[in-house]
Amino acid sequence: MSELAFFIDYSRCIGCQACVQACEECDTHRGRSLIHLDTIERRDSVQTAPQVCMHCEDPICAQVCPADAIKQTAEGVVQSSLKPRCIGCSNCVLACPFGVPKYDGGVDQMMKCDMCYDRTSTGRRPMCATVCPSGALAFTTIEEIMRTRQGRAVNDWQFGDQHVRTKVFVLVPTEVTRVHVAVIPLSALRRSQPPADPYDVAALLEAH
Amino acid sequence: MADERPRWREDFPVRWDEDNYMTRRELAKFLTLGSGLLAGVNVLIAFIGLTGRAPAPPVTRIAAADEVAPGGSFLFRYPTGDDPCILVRDASGTFEAFSQVCTHLSCAVVHQPDVPALACPCHKGSFSTRDGRPLAGPPTRRLPRIVIEQRGADLVATGIEV
Repeated sequence: MSELAFFIDYSRCIGCQACVQACEECDTHRGRSLIHLDTIERRDSVQTAPQVCMHCEDPICAQVCPADAIKQTAEGVVQSSLKPRCIGCSNCVLACPFGVPKYDGGVDQMMKCDMCYDRTSTGRRPMCATVCPSGALAFTTIEEIMRTRQGRAVNDWQFGDQHVRTKVFVLVPTEVTRVHVAVIPLSALRRSQPPADPYDVAALLEAH
Repeated sequence: MADERPRWREDFPVRWDEDNYMTRRELAKFLTLGSGLLAGVNVLIAFIGLTGRAPAPPVTRIAAADEVAPGGSFLFRYPTGDDPCILVRDASGTFEAFSQVCTHLSCAVVHQPDVPALACPCHKGSFSTRDGRPLAGPPTRRLPRIVIEQRGADLVATGIEV
């Protein structure tokens, strides 16, 4: 039996916010949820997607940190910023391709999901995975996932030219072996007017 | 990738287990809390020393007073069976008692009535028979004095003066 790993099955998410509430309960960052529950194409769909830290094998957030505040443990878990070191520059917020780190102005520090390191380092499941009613978030073995789910668990990502491997797996259709994310260079955006986003809620509100 | 790691990355590693850097604040906190703990324990020890009461020393019969002739000596053990002591009686008939353990390296001192002194044979140390002070040789501290008292015909030990 292989070791326990974190799996995200976006298609199973029902948007119940249980993971957000459970994350808030944690004593190490009480009152602040570090999991993001994103809405997908909100105008047409109720689909939501939970986003925990993917714990990259070569974490770009830590690579860009000028204050040496983000550390990766021996297990590959990328920690939240160290309070005595974080200078609140938000480099990591801009660098993360998954949009995980968020700067908290109240404590002048970046805080992010650390896969409940206090729990997972002692063999317990992360808070969000214990409460998820639909199994969108699961902390189990790859064998168990393959036995109970359809599709394939992958941890390879392609952001433009950048290849990223993560500790956290996502469940994708079987034919997909690597998640490709298109990257639009900022220069291209500046040259031409970006296409109107039909899902831009702020624009919709302005129009009415 | 690892081969291309710049030199400065060794000082600022991403891996937590390679990170040995301690911030000034962490050091200051450690020093402050450590010093506070040390001071607190010292105060606690002083408090216990001031208020705590040592158990009363036992009262032990040594010998009958007329068993020891003037100028003679008598070995006994006080306060426990593992603490050798020596009772000396000077020519005028006064009793004094001391621990028999030399304060230099714990050899047993012997009575020399003709000097008079308590002599340690190991390094030729010598102590006064009157108050146990070192007279010669390496010892610098006096022998602990055993408080003795005459009760009827018997001599009893009632305490130790270090």
